[in-house]
Amino acid sequence: MTSAGGGLTLLQTCALSLLVFTGASQFALVGALAAGGNPLTAAAGAFFLGVRNTFYGLRLSQLLALPRAVRPFAAQWVIDETAAVTLAQPTRRAARIGFTVTGLTLYLLWNLTTLLGALGAKAIGDTDAWGLDAAGPAVFLALLAPMLRTTIERAVAALAVLLGLGLLPVLPAGVPVLAAALAAPIALYIEGRRQGEVRNGAPEEGSYDAQEEDR
Amino acid sequence: MTVWIAIAATALGCYVVKLAGLLVPAGALERPLVRRLAALLPVALLAALTAQQTFADGHALVLDARAAGLVAAAVALVLRAPFLLVVAAAVLVTAGVRAIGG
Repeated sequence: MTSAGGGLTLLQTCALSLLVFTGASQFALVGALAAGGNPLTAAAGAFFLGVRNTFYGLRLSQLLALPRAVRPFAAQWVIDETAAVTLAQPTRRAARIGFTVTGLTLYLLWNLTTLLGALGAKAIGDTDAWGLDAAGPAVFLALLAPMLRTTIERAVAALAVLLGLGLLPVLPAGVPVLAAALAAPIALYIEGRRQGEVRNGAPEEGSYDAQEEDR
Repeated sequence: MTVWIAIAATALGCYVVKLAGLLVPAGALERPLVRRLAALLPVALLAALTAQQTFADGHALVLDARAAGLVAAAVALVLRAPFLLVVAAAVLVTAGVRAIGG
């Protein structure tokens, strides 16, 4: 964390990490506060980055089938990494283990490194020189690959990549990823229309637009 | 004090959105279309995140050593390499390209 540079105290930095536990939101909040932004505007930006966790939660609640009483406790761990690991598991048992192990490990490591970073540990030096910034996307790619079994999943992934990258230069941080989520309903809509055409035996009027988008 | 307000507001907001997804009643997710949508949404989000972590530098799109690393990871995946090897390939190739000056 670069919270120290943003003028946060040690206690504030650690509280942020422990309570928010969504990396992107934390960085966004610290960055906005450091730039002298209004605290509530800064919080709103950070909140927006966290909204995608709701979509993970929808799927995770199906996969994990958690008892109601456990959900408020599991919620703090609903993040990109736990979702990616849990979704890649073949059984409910494995999904629950994957979610718990990933959540616990990351929660401990993330907060420990936040503490060390806030204490001024600069000894690690430039992690980018070691290529460690490529580890994140490689982990996501490895977890995502087995999910891309059928055409619709591949189409969703491809469209999401286009939306996520294409909108990145023009929309505020966090919004392009949310916009990329639209790939899912768009792909389902196109698939639905195509199946409708097969049943009707002939292409409907205007269906060429849909095919255009899928290409 | 304002910093604490910002931290509290962010913590509360981020927790609520995390919990919201988990609290949607199972019945609401029973319709096949909703089920499929819930299954496809994380695929879209993770694919977009992977691409952004590879090609984004702030608001700019860049092609740098990370892209070479991700290609190495993809090759390792196609070759059915174990998970750690896939990540190691990405890290090593990225570091290698940077060392050469990419």
